[in-house]
Formats: sequence, C-alpha cells, structure tokens
Amino acid sequence: MPGKLKVKIVAGRHLPVMDRASDLTDAFVEVKFGNTTFKTDVYLKSLNPQWNSEWFKFEVDDEDLQDEPLQITVLDHDTYSANDAIGKVYIDIDPLLYSEAATVISGWFPIYDTIHGIRGEINVVVKVDLFNDLNRFRQSSCGVKFFCTTSIPKCYRAVIIHGFVEELVVNEDPEYQWIDRIRTPRASNEARQRLISLMSGELQRKIGLKVLEMRGNAVVGYLQCFDLEGESGLVVRAIGTACTLDKLSSPAAFLPACNSPSKEMKEIPFNEDPNPNTHSSGPSTPLKNQTYSFSPSKSYSRQSSSSDTDLSLTPKTGMGSGSAGKEGGPFKALLRQQTQSALEQRGGSPHKFCRRREFPFFTLTAFPPGFLVHVGGVVSARSVKLLDRIHNPDEPETRDAWWAEIRQEIKSHAKALGCHAVVGYSESTSICEEVCILSASGTAAVLNPRFLQDGTVEGCLEQRLEENLPAGCGFCHIPYDELNMPFPAHLTYCYNCRKQKVPDVLFTTIDLPMDAAVIGKGCLIQARLCRLKKKAQAEANATAISNLLPFMEYEVHTQLMNKLKLKGMNALFGLRIQISVGENMLMGLASATGVYLAALPTPGGIQIAGKTPNDGSYEQHISHMQKKINDTIAKNKELYEINPPEISEEIIGSPIPEPRQRSRLLRSQSESSDEVTELDLSHGKKDAFVLEIDDTDAMEDVHSLLTDVPPPSGFYSCNTEIMPGINNWTSEIQMFTSVRVIRLSSLNLTNQALNKNFNDLCENLLKSLYFKLRSMIPCCLCHVNFTVSLPEDELIQVTVTAVAITFDKNQALQTTKTHAEKSLQRASTDNEELLQFPLELCSDSLPSHPFPPAKEHLESASSNSGIPAAQRATSVDYSSFADRCSSWIELIKLKAQTIRRGSIKTTVTVEKASPVGEGNFRNRSSPPCANSTVGVVKMTPLSFIPGAKITKYLGIINMFFIRETTSLREEGGVSGFLHAFIAEVFAMVRAHVAALGGNAVVSYIMKQCVFMENPNKNQAQCLINVSGDAVVFVRESELEVVSTQQPAANCQPSCTGGEVTT
Amino acid sequence: MTSELDIFVGNTTLIDEDVYRLWLDGYSVSDAVALRVRSGILEQTGATAAVLQSDTMDHYRTFQMLERLLHAPPKLLHQLIFQIPPSRQALLIERYYAFDEAFVREVLGKKLSKGTKKDLDDISTKTGITLKSCRRQFDNFKRVFKVVEEMRGSLVDNIQQHFLLSDRLARDYAAIVFFANNRFETGKKKLQYLSFGDFAFCAELMIQNWTLGAVGEAPTDPDPQADDMDMDLDKEFLQDLKELKVLVADKDLLDLHKSLVCTALRGKLGVFSEMEANFKNLSRGLVNVAAKLTHNKDVRDLFVDLVEKFVEPCRSDHWPLNDVRLFLNQYSASVHSLDGFRHQALWDRYMGTLRGCLLRLCHD
Repeated sequence: MPGKLKVKIVAGRHLPVMDRASDLTDAFVEVKFGNTTFKTDVYLKSLNPQWNSEWFKFEVDDEDLQDEPLQITVLDHDTYSANDAIGKVYIDIDPLLYSEAATVISGWFPIYDTIHGIRGEINVVVKVDLFNDLNRFRQSSCGVKFFCTTSIPKCYRAVIIHGFVEELVVNEDPEYQWIDRIRTPRASNEARQRLISLMSGELQRKIGLKVLEMRGNAVVGYLQCFDLEGESGLVVRAIGTACTLDKLSSPAAFLPACNSPSKEMKEIPFNEDPNPNTHSSGPSTPLKNQTYSFSPSKSYSRQSSSSDTDLSLTPKTGMGSGSAGKEGGPFKALLRQQTQSALEQRGGSPHKFCRRREFPFFTLTAFPPGFLVHVGGVVSARSVKLLDRIHNPDEPETRDAWWAEIRQEIKSHAKALGCHAVVGYSESTSICEEVCILSASGTAAVLNPRFLQDGTVEGCLEQRLEENLPAGCGFCHIPYDELNMPFPAHLTYCYNCRKQKVPDVLFTTIDLPMDAAVIGKGCLIQARLCRLKKKAQAEANATAISNLLPFMEYEVHTQLMNKLKLKGMNALFGLRIQISVGENMLMGLASATGVYLAALPTPGGIQIAGKTPNDGSYEQHISHMQKKINDTIAKNKELYEINPPEISEEIIGSPIPEPRQRSRLLRSQSESSDEVTELDLSHGKKDAFVLEIDDTDAMEDVHSLLTDVPPPSGFYSCNTEIMPGINNWTSEIQMFTSVRVIRLSSLNLTNQALNKNFNDLCENLLKSLYFKLRSMIPCCLCHVNFTVSLPEDELIQVTVTAVAITFDKNQALQTTKTHAEKSLQRASTDNEELLQFPLELCSDSLPSHPFPPAKEHLESASSNSGIPAAQRATSVDYSSFADRCSSWIELIKLKAQTIRRGSIKTTVTVEKASPVGEGNFRNRSSPPCANSTVGVVKMTPLSFIPGAKITKYLGIINMFFIRETTSLREEGGVSGFLHAFIAEVFAMVRAHVAALGGNAVVSYIMKQCVFMENPNKNQAQCLINVSGDAVVFVRESELEVVSTQQPAANCQPSCTGGEVTT
Repeated sequence: MTSELDIFVGNTTLIDEDVYRLWLDGYSVSDAVALRVRSGILEQTGATAAVLQSDTMDHYRTFQMLERLLHAPPKLLHQLIFQIPPSRQALLIERYYAFDEAFVREVLGKKLSKGTKKDLDDISTKTGITLKSCRRQFDNFKRVFKVVEEMRGSLVDNIQQHFLLSDRLARDYAAIVFFANNRFETGKKKLQYLSFGDFAFCAELMIQNWTLGAVGEAPTDPDPQADDMDMDLDKEFLQDLKELKVLVADKDLLDLHKSLVCTALRGKLGVFSEMEANFKNLSRGLVNVAAKLTHNKDVRDLFVDLVEKFVEPCRSDHWPLNDVRLFLNQYSASVHSLDGFRHQALWDRYMGTLRGCLLRLCHD
C-alpha cells in the first residue's frame, strides 16, 4: 500500500444551466480513481456551488498512481431521471510522485465535455502521501522525472547520459469496438480519452522502469505519440533519452561535486538495492551495459576527410521484408552500394560499443558543451507497412519489430557515416487506411563518451582529445573516412582551423551547437512536395507508396539544397522531413533552419543550363533567369548579413577531386564558370549547382525556387530553438497554433498544380502569421513547426505551432557575431548555463578559446539585459497574480479620473456597497473581481523563456482531448469549432500548470491534431494531443529575491537514481 | 483551391483594436476588409487581400466567442479560455459598452422593451449606425438596466461592480438607466438641441438629490426593500413638492419674492427689465413644474416643461448664461428670506437640483 491519494472538491463556478425551469443547476461531483468512487453532496440550485467536501482518500499502489488518472465528474442531480453529466476533469497525478516537483495540485480546472467543450470550472485540491516501501517492487517507477525538453533541463546538470529508451503499448481503439454502435458519442469519446490516459501512464511507468534499470533518474527529450490505426487498434509509443541528472544547487556548492561524478553514483540507493526482478539484467550488468567501449582517440585519428549531407533512403514494403536492391531509383541504389561497401570496410572497426548497447540514439537536440564531437549528417529511414489487427495487446511484437527494423537501419546508416551514435533522433508515422509509413531520422554523430558512462576512466584521454579540438568548428569535421566516403561529397579543409576536412554542406536534425561559429543570421527553409498516387488497396497501395518514396526524398533533398544555395548558406539545422500519405497522394514537407557556418566553404551559386543551346530567345530567357537567381542570392546575403571573410586560396588548398554522381536535375560541376560571381573566381574548382532545364517540370522547379518570399523586414524565422545571429531577446513571447485546411478542386489534379497549391498554402500561411504578429516587430518566429496531413481526398491540412519572440533591434545591429558571443546567447537567458558544466569549462579552456573576452561579453550581455527594462515595464508583467485584479481596479479608477462633468459623489460608502453581496440577484454570486485567480501562464515550444530563469520543473504535461459536435453550423462552422477547441486546449493546459503552481509550459508541442468533418451531417470531430514541461520561472529582474530563497528549495535530497520515495 | 478552415489561436488572445472597432460598428467581414484595405494597411505591411480577409475572419470569430463573456464582464476576468492581459480586458469591456451619441439620444428615456427594439431599424436608417451596432447598444442598455434594476445601493457603484466599466461610462449608464426607468421624454423637437451629456448631467443631479438613495439610509423606512435606492424618484419628496405651490399661489409671497430678487439683482443683470417683467411667469413655471411631479405623466414631461417654461422664455429675451446663473441663484436664495414660507429644506432640495439642470439646459 505505498500511497494515499487525497482529493478535496472545493467549489464550482460558471456552471451551465442544467434546469431550464429554474435556470439553475443542482450539481454534485464524483471523484474516481481506479475502481473507487466518492461523491460530494448535491449543492442545490446554484451555478457557483460551494461543496467544500471532506478529503476523499484513496489507498492505492504506486503502480496505479502512475497509470491511472484522477477522474472528476461533475453532474446535475435529477430526482426523477438519470443524472446529467456536466463534464469531466482528468488530472494526471504523476507530478506529485517525485519529491522535487509539485507537492500539491490545487486550482480551478475547466470542466470539459467532449460534446459541449468547457462548461464552467471546478476548484480541486489533490495531495499524495507516498510511503517508503523497502521491499522494492519495480513494477512502478515513481521518482523518474520526465522532460519533453530536448536538452538538459536548465536547473539540472547531466551526470551521465545513458541513452535511448523506448516503449510502446497497444490496445483496441474503443471507437472501433462493437459496443460503440450502441453507446453515445460522448461515452465513446470518454472511453477513448480515458484509455489513452491510462496507456500513456502505463507507457511512462514502463519507460521509467527501463531508466531505473539503466540506473538513470530521468528521461529527457521524452516524446510520446499516438498512432490511431483505426480498426487495427491504438498504439501509444514513446522514445526518450535516459539520463542521470543532478539538481543544480548554488554554483559554489556543486563545483566540487561534479569533479567526481563517480562519487555521486554511490549515492544512488539503487546500488545497495539490487533489482530482484529476473527479467531485467542482473544487478551488476547494467553498469557494463551502459559503457561504450569504443576508444575515442582512435575514432579521432580516423577522421581525415569530408562529406556532404546524406539522406539515406530505404523504404521497405510491407510484404517482402525488402531487400534494398529492388526498390528505389538509381541514385538510391548507388547510395546503397556505397553504404554497403563502407559498412564492409568497417567490419572490424573499433566501434564495437553497438554490440552492447542496442541503439546508440539520443533524442536530445542540444547538448552540454563538448558532448558532440563530430557530426556526420542526417540519417533517415522509412518503411511502409500494412496494418493488421493487433491480436494480443500484451505482446505488441509486430510493432516493436517494425520499429526495431527501422532503428537498425538508422544505426547502420550512422555507421556508414563513420559515426557511432545518432543524435536529434525522432520517430513518426503517417497512416492512411491500412497503410502506415514509419519514419525515423536523426543526425549521425560522434560523441564524447565522458557523459555516456559512469566514472571517469578515460578522463585523461578525452581531455587530450579535446585540447586538440578547435572550438566552434570541431563538430563540422567529417567523422568518416575520406577515401571511403559513403556518398559523393566535396571536401575542403576547415575554414576555421584549416586542419581537418569539412564537407561543403552539412544537414542535421539538431539545434545549432552553442559554440558554433556562424556568420550572419539564419532563416527558415522549407521544401514542399506533392506526388499523386493511384488509389489502390492493401499491398498494391503499399507497393505504390514505397516506389514513390525514394523519388520524393530525392526531390525534397534537391529542393532543400537549392533553396539553401539560394540563401547563400551552407548548413541546415533542425531538419525535419515529414512524408504524409493520403488516399491519392503523398505529401512531403521538410523544414529546417539554414545558417552559414564559418567552418564550411562558401556555397557556390546556382547555374542554369538550358537543353537547347541554339535557340536564341530561349537562351535569353535562361540568362534572364540566371540573373534573377544571382540577384536573389546577393539579396539574401545582404538580408541575412552573410559576409564571410575572404580567404586566400593557398591556405585552404584545393578540394579533393572525386568522381561525381550525375543525375537529371542536379549535378556538381567541376569547371569554373565565368557567370558566377567573384567568389568563384578565387576558387577555380568551386562547385556551382547546375540546374538543367530540360523540361517544363524543371522550369517549374526553378520558378518555385524564386517564388518564396522573404519575411517582411523586422521578421526572422527559424525552426530551431534559437535563431542563429540573434541574441538579445526581450521578454515578450506569443505562442500560437494556426491550422489551415484547403480543398483541392478535383479537376486539375496534376503534380504541378498540386505542388503549386501546397506551396501557396504554406506561403500564405506564413504571410498571415507575419501580418498577425506585426505588432511585435522586430521579432523572430522560433521553433516553427509545420505538420501536414491529408485527412481526406482532396483535403490538405497544415498545422503550425511556433512562438514569436521580440528582440532588441538596436543591439542586434551593433553586434558582430563572434562565436564567443554566440555561446552567450543562452547564457544571457540562463546564467547558470556556463556553470552547469564546470568540468567542461576547465577542459575547454583551449588556446583558441577566447575566454577572457567571453567574460566581458557576459558582463555586457547582462548589463544589456537591463536596457530593455523600460520596454518590459510597458508590457504588463503578470507574474504576481494576487495583485492582478487590484491593479485592474486601479486601472478602472485611473481611467475614471478623467471625469467629464463636475465631480460629485466620488466617495463610495462601504455601507452602500455591502448589501449587494447578500441580495438574491442572479449574478450576485459571481465572486467580486478582486478575488480573481486566473494567473497568466506562458506557453512556448522552446526550452527557455527569454528574460527569465526557470527555477523549477513541476512535471510533464501530456494531455489528450477529443471534441465532437453534431451542430457544426451553429458553432461557427469548421473554423469556429476548431478555433474554440484549440483555445480550450490551451486553457486546460494552462489550468493544469497553474494548479501545479507553475507559470509556464516550456517545450510545448502539439503532437497531434486530427480533424475530421462531415458537413452534410453537420458533424465534426477533432483529437488533439499536446505535451510540455510545467515550470516555474522567475524574471531576471526578480532574481535577487529568489536567490535568497533558493537554498531552502535545494534542501531536498538531490535526485538520484532510485528515488527515495516509492 | 478553397480554404475550408483557417484559424489562428494565440496563447495570449490577439486583439486588433481597429478590427474590434469595425466589429463593434457592425460591419460584415467583407465590409470590414474593404474598409481596412481603404485604410492603406496593405501598402504599410505588404500583405495581400487574402491575408487581410483571413485575419479579419479570425478576429471576428474571436470577438464572437468573447461576446458571450462581455455580457457579464466579471466572467471575462475569471474565464480561463482566453488569456488576455488586464489592460486589454478593460479595453474590450469599455469599447463594448461604449455607445454612439446619436443612438443614445434616440432611445434615451424610452422603455427598453421589445417594442423599442423593433424601432431600431428606423433608428439605424436615421442615424446611419448599422442595425447590428444599434442592437448591441440597445441590448447593452437593457442588460445593464435588468441587472441593476432591483439592486439597492448606489447606481453607479452597482453598474461599475457588475460591468467593470470606467467611472465615466458607469455614470453615463446610470443616467441611461435612470432615464429609462423614469421614462423622461427626450425626443420632442424642442429638446433636440440637447445632447446626451446635458441629460446625463441632469440625471446625475437628480439621482443625487431627488431619489431615495439621496437622503441616505432612511431609518424610518418601514420596508427597506420597497423602493430602489437610486433608480426611482423619492415619491414622498414629489408629494411634498405640492407645498411649494404657495410661492406662486400666495400673491403676497410672490410679490415679496420678486422684490427680493429684483432688489438684489438690480444693476447686475444685463436683462434686468426683461427679468422683472417675466419674473412671475418664470416663477410660476418653475413652481408649477414642481407641483405637478406627483403625476407620472408630468414627471415624464419634466424636461419639456423646463424648456417651455424657463429655457425658451430666457432664450427669446437673449439672456446671457451668466445672467441666468445670477438670477437662479438669487431666485433660490431669496426664498430663505420669505418668513411666511416654511418649506425651506424642500425648496432647497428641489431648486438646488433644478438650478443646476436649468443652467445646463440653457444653451443653443
């Protein structure tokens, strides 16, 4: 009996009228956890009932505590007929299960009904008493902390980063059970919501168990997704990165501790308490399990050459567990061959760590300094599967096998790139009818093993390794063998250190490393693509899709490359390629943030070559286009402030000649061309991309390149956490979600028309965003996350979530970005960032690292942060909720001082005001405004809040909602319906965060927004799944106050593997 | 390619003041878009008409969702669905409850009933304010009226507490409610020159002096629930006003009053002779107005009577405003010297207010 859950129902407000006769409601509440239910008294005739219930106590296993949500149902009592449900509140009590997060959940929750939406609010208090259970169970994993944030959370320090954890659970979808025919839509929706809540609880618990087995205490970069497979069931799957985190106390206190991480390990109670569970590896093995036994010095010595980026594509059909040879175009086959040979070559490579650790994947996208040694490039794998019914939910083997297969492939791709790990790893699916595309992608990388293992066995070795690594460019150096490149690439010596080889272009799925040397600003780059596909059934359909996939990947890649060149940039970060499947088409959408890395060579221009060189007018046209392209490149360079220093030829050395791969549209060119600007003259063999216009398709492609409009001045956009080149954020943020659905006219469905429609859709959406947010200029849209889906024939849905952050333009203009400053981007928002890895700092103080200047910059940065104070003051600060309403009243009073007529009777007598509260007027019971409890909760997809410091993580928010309507027109049509629903989802997230005592959600993500409509029946349904980390933040201006409180907060035992509470 | 669905939801609800104004003014989405295009916003921002259309739709949808909450502003403060900074909330409420001068003049003093609502079409045509906007303004009046109707305590305070309006707007609503409750006639032709501000000024004076609330908590009142404090005129007071009749009925008293006033004002008034000649008429007019106030119908005609009996005679003789002020001050004060007159307090309560009102009503 390890836990006691206590719930108190305090009051309700703004309830809907349930009794038409009296215009009132007789409300009571059912509180359910597991199979136990309690009820409050009926509070007669009120829309603002005050139940003030006793404490309802549930005595439960902690396994249940993790799995089950607390379910609160508000009902209207009816003497004669069945009680009517008003709505429900599901509360995830997980945040109460680890000691340093929230201790109580208390606040107003919106009462939600899947048919009517939010119907009033209820005030609930929830507490959990956990008992220490010495007999360790290990079915529950209470105490393992979960973070959606894909970097080490701000107030923690990573002791060890253990690695990949994954799990999936499957079940039947209640919507497809036979009983669904006879129950109401409400009952069906609620069954689904409850099931998913249960499943995610179970999933989290299971992942937690794995983490404990690895001796970690937290999961970072936790990403949980639902696959609604229709008839064949419901899959909830999650991936994450297991870590051992250590809470940062005051900087002075943790400095000595982190010099000996091994010491800390001893504090983990789990050590003294061997795992009694037999199914897991024995108590001693896990230690070895997590040891990467590769030798970093060797891997270092291997690197001598360079590479291009890579999109490895190996679609597999559902039936023939695909030998790669038969599908895919010539390009892919070639690629595969090279991959293969590289693999063979490397048979006895020193990278044998994989033998022990199944998948060396990391869902993190930002890393502690020094963690990332080299980046190879993007690796991705897709596979097309036919869904079949999940027969035994307890043994989700098929799905597991599918993912294992894909991960295996990713791993081998990474290997081919000479990398032993994959970072920025993510997985996704796209389902249409019974066909499912599984996708996984990440960035092949070589990591510094120090963080991956306990103890500092190889400490000195690494230290040496690192001293040789130049700052700001090390990660660009190729990890693979120059002579056995897995794909054609163009290598040069690093423009930064001139010692190592770098590729000419680098694509990655991670955030820009903090110490990366960047020139100019970054920008959002998107590739968009549609391909028609014949309608087909089952296997034929799957085959058709797998045949299309390689072409799509290839074209997406080409588009990205061309657009990158057009921007005059040479690297992509945060690359995310989404391929969605519909009945009769496939859509590809790739988003990334382009930057100019100082270490990589200047990109060549784009050159257009016509097919029929003899036609004069045609040539004129071509040269006109060429001019336009050159102009665009020049303009973009100016816009994004890309002006790399000139480098003389001798220093760099000539690029290594290598066989080039040719293809129809895109090829590398070795001869010099006089058309391209002076940059090329300095550099005889510099590449220029040649776009060969040999048919109308190609023409279209060139045109579409030029149609992308840059954002209006004052706007920047990126899909990464931080905008390269901007580092002076002010505190105003606005997170938003925008959804668009377009209907294609079925008449002119050609690939070209489709592409244009899709392109317009995305461009118009961006334009709308810029327009809407114009009042925030200068600002940057960060973490722009596009998702595309094909809900029906001829319907394309695009969902965007992003955050607009204002910045100080003046400072932005003044600063010239040196990488030292860059590394301070975050430091200015989180001063502890640098101190977080003190060990790092000692070893990082390399000769090339301009450390003293950095300090100066830090000072200037912090003093700079004071400058926008005036601005900050004008934007109302809501952090003190208690004052909020009184300030509101004051506001009214202030306004009132402009009295138009003679000032008469301005004194308000208390005697006159007081009787108001007692009378029986209808609205009277609404509490006076001075008692408002609505606090402002910020939401952001980023892991930080500009101008503020996160002081506490309260737990993960993971919510799933269904909303359905049978009166679509009355609710304002599809737009009205979805607008209201998304607003409600935001409201429920905010309410939960506020109840946990938080004032923000970071790393917020809307993972799913499935919208279905049937306008003929006047019906619509929508499913939304969101997650994020609830946090407490403090404005930097208020930090002094907090620093005095902090020691108290840190008195709690620092988090360790086993977690004392059970 | 047609847009089926197009929405934008911010964590902080975006409020565009210009679009809000267009929405409040009752323009349709297409009219609003056209007006925005005309404002030159496209050139300023480089946006396209499609972007503007989508933006306007979004805002309109938001406002429609907010409207329900605006009907009970405290709800707007407590609701969780829209996160709106307090200053924006205040703006939303204030603008929603703001009204057009032209419109309020049309309905001021009318019963806020379904019948009046039916006439809104005519008002809309006459004033050029869209019917939608007329409806909103009318519904606002009615809603405020309904809420404070049965409430005790200060009218302005009640309005402010339940609608969170600024002091100024709350006072205006108090006047509207007061006029609607007492059904003062304001629509007659001869009253057309008066602005809403004039009436609101009078309403405020009357609320302060002539209602039950004005005399404070009357301990003698047998049933405290019987009358509304600020909305209804003090019946007893109106009844008592009959007593003032003696001022004009008693010839000696009238003569004495006149001579007192004339003595005091001789040489001070530019229109002295006209005043002297008209004194009895004016005094009779003012006192008769008081005496008649026992009848509901005469209460309604209060402003018509005041204009007929006092303002128009003064105007025809071209009294300067300062002379009116001097006269009225002296006229009220002199009564204190009339030994035979016993209702000094009553006179002050009546005349104090009336003096203020008349001064306000005397303009072109």
